[in-house]
Amino acid sequence: MTRFKLLTLLSLPLAAVTTFSSTASAFEPEGKVECIAPSDPGGGWDFTCRSVGNVMQELDLVPANVQTINMAGAGGGVAFAHTVSKRAGDDHLLVAASTATTTRLAQGQFPGLTADQVNWIGALGADYGIIAVAADSEIDDLNELMDSLKEDPRSVKFAGGSAKGGWDHLKVLIAAQAADVENLPRIAYLSYNNGGEALTQVIGGHVDAFTGDITEAQGFMESGDLRVLAVLSEERLPGDLADIPTAREQGIDAIGPNWRGFYMPADVSEEAQAYWTDAMDTIYESEEWQSVMTQNGLMPFHMTAGEFEEFVLNQINDIEQLSKDIGLIQ
Amino acid sequence: METLGYLMDGFGVALQPHNLMFALLGAFLGTLIGALPGLGPANGVAILIPLAFSLGLAPETALIMLTSVYAGAMYGGRISSILLNIPGDEPAMMTCLDGYPMAQKGKASEALAISAVASFIGSLIATIGLILLAPLLANFALTFGPAEYFALFLLAFATLGGITGKNPIKTVVAACIGLMIATVGIDNTGVQRYTFGVLELFEGVDFIIAIVGLFAISELLFFIEERAGGGKEKMKVNKLSLSWKDIRDILPTSFRGGVLGFVAGVLPGAGASLGSFISYTLEKRVLGKKGYFGQGDPRGVAAPEAGNNGASSGALVPMLTLGVPGSGTTAVLLALLISLNITPGPLMFTQNADIVWGVIAALLIGNFLLLILNIPLVGIFVKLLSVPPMYLLPIVTMIAFVGIYSISNTIFDLYFMVAFGVGGYVLRKLEIPLVPVILGLLLGPEMEKNLRHAMDISDGDWMILWDSGLAIGLWVFAGLGLILPYIVGPLLRRGMKGKTPSSGSPESD
Repeated sequence: MTRFKLLTLLSLPLAAVTTFSSTASAFEPEGKVECIAPSDPGGGWDFTCRSVGNVMQELDLVPANVQTINMAGAGGGVAFAHTVSKRAGDDHLLVAASTATTTRLAQGQFPGLTADQVNWIGALGADYGIIAVAADSEIDDLNELMDSLKEDPRSVKFAGGSAKGGWDHLKVLIAAQAADVENLPRIAYLSYNNGGEALTQVIGGHVDAFTGDITEAQGFMESGDLRVLAVLSEERLPGDLADIPTAREQGIDAIGPNWRGFYMPADVSEEAQAYWTDAMDTIYESEEWQSVMTQNGLMPFHMTAGEFEEFVLNQINDIEQLSKDIGLIQ
Repeated sequence: METLGYLMDGFGVALQPHNLMFALLGAFLGTLIGALPGLGPANGVAILIPLAFSLGLAPETALIMLTSVYAGAMYGGRISSILLNIPGDEPAMMTCLDGYPMAQKGKASEALAISAVASFIGSLIATIGLILLAPLLANFALTFGPAEYFALFLLAFATLGGITGKNPIKTVVAACIGLMIATVGIDNTGVQRYTFGVLELFEGVDFIIAIVGLFAISELLFFIEERAGGGKEKMKVNKLSLSWKDIRDILPTSFRGGVLGFVAGVLPGAGASLGSFISYTLEKRVLGKKGYFGQGDPRGVAAPEAGNNGASSGALVPMLTLGVPGSGTTAVLLALLISLNITPGPLMFTQNADIVWGVIAALLIGNFLLLILNIPLVGIFVKLLSVPPMYLLPIVTMIAFVGIYSISNTIFDLYFMVAFGVGGYVLRKLEIPLVPVILGLLLGPEMEKNLRHAMDISDGDWMILWDSGLAIGLWVFAGLGLILPYIVGPLLRRGMKGKTPSSGSPESD
């Protein structure tokens, strides 16, 4: 069985050495800069565009303001197709992306489109996956949960905010695979419109366990209704969240970061690419961005340009392999 | 007391100057839209949703504006009922019965003022009911699992328009059309249905586009066909002479109407028309020979107005707590919530507390605004009613196009909206109601999802669907909702038909 390699990828040095920063870039953005959020207003991509846009203005990385354009459809597919077919060479355009984007690319849900048709610029933080149960659940830790899955893959049912085969579903499978659970396709995953709806069903005792991101669960963790069994990060999270054990320290080697970052159209000049790569580094290091991260529960995660592109392509390969292993795609 | 604290925070949100401004704007536009014959509250909200998007409003501001439009439309519906004997929307139908006779007796101003006061009282009672009931119901919502939700959606469909709908078969046809459109897109298991490889269809049909197309664009086509060009007849209003005694006389009536309306509104599917109908009928019973209903009795104006405004706030209860709309307009508001990424239900009351309580506080404030707007400014609304549609329609169309384009920036959506508009026009020509189409579109995917989830949880055992007391109760109610209209409906409709002129409104609320 193929091991999921996200883990090894993440152990690459995260505080990336920026190779582009020394070259004096001839490119300077002029006039309007656009950021496409491939969703309706209010979602994660919308947040990425708007908050990064604000920080870029504060840091004078852009001459005027950054205009966020919402382009919902096909889970980001409409915006991806638009960027590939209509915006090639546009060096004033950023598009928000996340693990949801790579998952759909890996599973062929953007027909005829591939990751190498755009330029992957950088990631500016991540939201880590968790597996949780209601506070009154009989399940006490991740191993107990995995043991009952080993006995009967349908004994524990999961609720999450992504579609079947989506990132929330995959996180359960990544963890189950790392725990040597067999018959992964039999594990029951119930897909809800968003993490909140899924949580309500878990708290209400209708579904056994929740799979999602740490930021989604914080409200119910504070109220004491939810017990997080494991966070799928390399190390324990900072601050109040340090009480939550990682899956790794429970002997289950599973990592699930939902990164937030950007891609640009193809055929953009090297100078422009260098400028935006630099900008990502400047943003990530700024106090303004760090406080946005703290306020919104984003965890440290930073990569740019070449390293990021490699990460994205590897993540796509890994997800494709996993999806094939569990029979989600042929 | 926790509720009181939340409500205070809500006032903090609603009283922010820009929110207050948009509440005022919404109340004004709502009254105007409600007053225009044919444009009911559902249409009003649908037409103005794009405006909220193109102005790039924050979620709470958008919601505050549109709930004000909703409340305003319920107020406005009475204006043309009283002055022209044409109800602005179906819930205002009962107001014609005594409102128009009052106007004929030269007491139009008094009728308008009394109906404004009654609307205010009805709305106020129902908003207080909403404040008390909603948090309770929101906590109760945790007990709703997939099976219970499935039964609840079934209940919503079963009671859909049953009582006020003119033709049950057409209601069923409309709901089925909605359900069919709802199947387009990638389903729960990742399988594509009717997408034909078109990326824009992968996520299914956007509710907002469907709603704006069906309501606003079809309305435009209707106007073009029927009323292009000239204005309507001039309406005259006498000078107001209203004493405190007149208001005191209608107080008990308004209280009863408000409470009854609220209860009718909370029941999914029943809605405002039922609220105004039962308030009027009950009032007639209670007063017996002391009243002179049908000949311009002020209480005959107060009762239905208190009733329909009570029902409109009541209908927000199931929408906010369970995500199941109690009427056409709340269905439209639900679509707005979903597109703002806010999930109605227990979680919204904790995670989006500022939004929920901001909106509730805005309803309270909006009521006062509406009362203030409606008594002294009624002359202005009357004047605006005479504006020829040739000026009004281009504005509505422009708002619809700009708004829809600004949601997702694709021309595809505009074509889609126009297609829905033409579809809506055809449906209305065939007298197939539009609200069930929207409900089918909105609730269909949720119903399917909950059924699948129930099956997943029970590993394929259908018994789970009636495994809890709550689920059984909902099934029973759904059964009643399906059968009762065939028994009670004809009786009610006979009563309504005998007394009202034919409604110019194509939509029930």
